[in-house]
Amino acid sequence: MPRARWVTIGRDFHEVRAACFTFLPFNRPGFRPSPARDGTMHLILFIVFAGCCLAGAINLLVQSHPINSALSLIVVMTSLAVLYLLLGAEFLAAAQIIVYAGAIMVLFTFVVMLLNAGREEHTLGSRAASAVGFPAVVAILAVIATVILKAQGLGEASLSDPITTTDELSKVLFRDLLLPFELTSVLILIAILGAVALARHGDGERPAAK
Amino acid sequence: MIPLSWYLLLSAALFSLGVIGFLIKRNLITVFMSIELMLNGVNLSFVTFAHQWHTVKGQIFVFFVMMVAAAEAAVGLAIIIAVFRARATLAVDRIDLMKL
Repeated sequence: MPRARWVTIGRDFHEVRAACFTFLPFNRPGFRPSPARDGTMHLILFIVFAGCCLAGAINLLVQSHPINSALSLIVVMTSLAVLYLLLGAEFLAAAQIIVYAGAIMVLFTFVVMLLNAGREEHTLGSRAASAVGFPAVVAILAVIATVILKAQGLGEASLSDPITTTDELSKVLFRDLLLPFELTSVLILIAILGAVALARHGDGERPAAK
Repeated sequence: MIPLSWYLLLSAALFSLGVIGFLIKRNLITVFMSIELMLNGVNLSFVTFAHQWHTVKGQIFVFFVMMVAAAEAAVGLAIIIAVFRARATLAVDRIDLMKL
């Protein structure tokens, strides 16, 4: 009977998992993470992955070949997934890796390779844009940073904070926000149709059928 | 314990780097990637504020941003392919007409 076999496999899996988890310290009864170790771990994880994030973003700007920029964008998105996990958003961390670092970046690298995009050359326009743009962006960043640093009542994040489970997320998403959710699925469908319509050859340049 | 302002500063930095990339890059695909970088920076601040206020609405907003970004990437890259087919270039300085 296939059903009985699956039940057995499932029970075995749970037993194996329970056996594995007993060796890990956080699964023992009465385990409390010490606040000091928790804080240090969080600090290390934050610094490493925020550093990866910023380094990837800067590398995206420095590289002149689009494929290098695409690969550094993947680094940025994967590090952001870890930061989401540190903030307790486990579903978003998974979705970030699957949707952004997976699907969207595959699309990007695919198009870069399909079009055989070469190195970019700097022109008068790019020099003018960087001359005006850099001070403007630094000014905007300074304003935002001042606002953030002056803000009162911003809390703290720690590894022992409760994690937002998919259960809680789906209760809001599929009850209160069901209509927007269904509308986005229609949006995705329209986007797929639009992409197919845009990317295929026009009728005039299609080679004649033999 | 990490102050949440660090996360917000990181998201502001990512957004600014995205704006800089949007301004100085001369390749259509890289400009598009800078837009994705800006979206990611904003998403991080959404998640941070969702953590601050202990609500899931912020995370759901990020979910919707991801879906819209996926749709945007699909349509945008199709447009890039169509533009490349018509102009045989990806340099934004040479793509200055709406007409193909």
